[in-house]
Amino acid sequence: MSVYFTKEHEWVKVKEGIGAVGISEHAAHELGDITFVELPKTGAVVKQFGILGSIESVKAASDIFAPVSGTVIKVNEALETAPEIVNESAEDAGWMAWVEIADEAELKNLMTQEQYNDYLKTL
Amino acid sequence: MDAQLQATPICTRHRALNALMAPFGGWDMPIQYEGIIAEHSWCRTQAALFDICHMGEFLFQGDFEADGLEDVFTFSVKTIPVGRSRYGFLLNEGGGIIDDLIVFRLAGDKVMIVVNAATAPKDFAVIQRRLRGGVFTDITSDTGKLDLQGPLSRYVMVELLGEEVATIPYFKFITMNILGVEAIVSRTGYTGELGYEIFIPSEKVCELWDLLLTDERVKPAGLGARDVLRLEVGYSLYGSDIDEETTPLEAGLEGFVNFDKSFVGKEALLRSKEQGVARKKVAFEVAGRRSPRHHYEICFAGESVGSVTSGVFSPMLGKGIGIGFIRPELASIGTPLTIRHERVSMDATVCELPFFRDGSIRS
Repeated sequence: MSVYFTKEHEWVKVKEGIGAVGISEHAAHELGDITFVELPKTGAVVKQFGILGSIESVKAASDIFAPVSGTVIKVNEALETAPEIVNESAEDAGWMAWVEIADEAELKNLMTQEQYNDYLKTL
Repeated sequence: MDAQLQATPICTRHRALNALMAPFGGWDMPIQYEGIIAEHSWCRTQAALFDICHMGEFLFQGDFEADGLEDVFTFSVKTIPVGRSRYGFLLNEGGGIIDDLIVFRLAGDKVMIVVNAATAPKDFAVIQRRLRGGVFTDITSDTGKLDLQGPLSRYVMVELLGEEVATIPYFKFITMNILGVEAIVSRTGYTGELGYEIFIPSEKVCELWDLLLTDERVKPAGLGARDVLRLEVGYSLYGSDIDEETTPLEAGLEGFVNFDKSFVGKEALLRSKEQGVARKKVAFEVAGRRSPRHHYEICFAGESVGSVTSGVFSPMLGKGIGIGFIRPELASIGTPLTIRHERVSMDATVCELPFFRDGSIRS
């Protein structure tokens, strides 16, 4: 399984053509206490870097962008009543959606873990 | 850090606690330590300590009537009993709110005026201009202020500072010796919980901060939690909900205006009472966990009817809450509204204040 990141701090973990998507620990920490997650609908077709959903904390509201194009096949419904899971486990239990990836070639537009770590140092 | 920002005497403590700092009212202030929701919850269940040294304090000594202080605010100063405080407004000629503030009657001829940080310089100039005599001084930089708020705050105060705190009623204060200096302990606050505001000379405020934190029932809380706490109980935030373009009538705060006395702005308010206000403050609850936010649009039946001035996710109610100003005919309880901003749309219903009613404030 490989993990990739966007400049907007989403991650995608890719396995057998399916990408699990969420926001990075850095993003969750920056947002602070997360109070609401707007999930996409199952079956929604999303475009790379297009809007996937949104997330709100006590401090701020921001959009979540899709790291890859594809079709949403599953969403993490637990976040609807317990969005704080994203604070507790942003890069694991806090996943937001599974996307059936339309074109794995798009992954080249994303950063590897190492590149993302370097990117965070520049912020 | 912005070179223009002022720092409170507690600043080094905040940094040592790794607080997230941000500018507020011209001061470098702690927004959060461990997290806004954790700090909010601590204040609702234990005792939270806030550094409020940024707020302004003025002293006036003189003859309230002859020197003109009696006509400066929307409430009477001379009728405040010694040892009590009163909340109200400093208005401009048009009835707009220059600041909301609390006056503490220290002695027969002496009051302390506690004002918001951002407005303090202007308040001082306006009040001074309206006075005809007396001695009026800005003691902000000499005065430290800590708020200890929460249902357990009384136990902490009694154990650490003295038995005399135990019997202070709501909106009364006492003068007492703390750490060898004279301090004012007032049963007031901005959270809806039982709590105290402590005014102490600024050179002792760090020591008092450290002392209060020795009690394990006490944790520091930042301005982030303070904002959630105050909105849950419906208190206005100056600069967001009220400002010079807003009158107490529009803001639903007429109860803090005494029309039986003269004050600057009275004629404008009387005219407005006669003609009716063009907009009115409403409180609303959101159906769901989304937060309304400052400047979001308020719509009714598809039409824009006003805007949000404060909004947040309420941990106590488990939903979004907000206040805003809309056309007065729509301000009745139960009116269905839609709150909009870009892609965001949420259903809301006009409700009564406060949103959260079960605080320990009067206990």
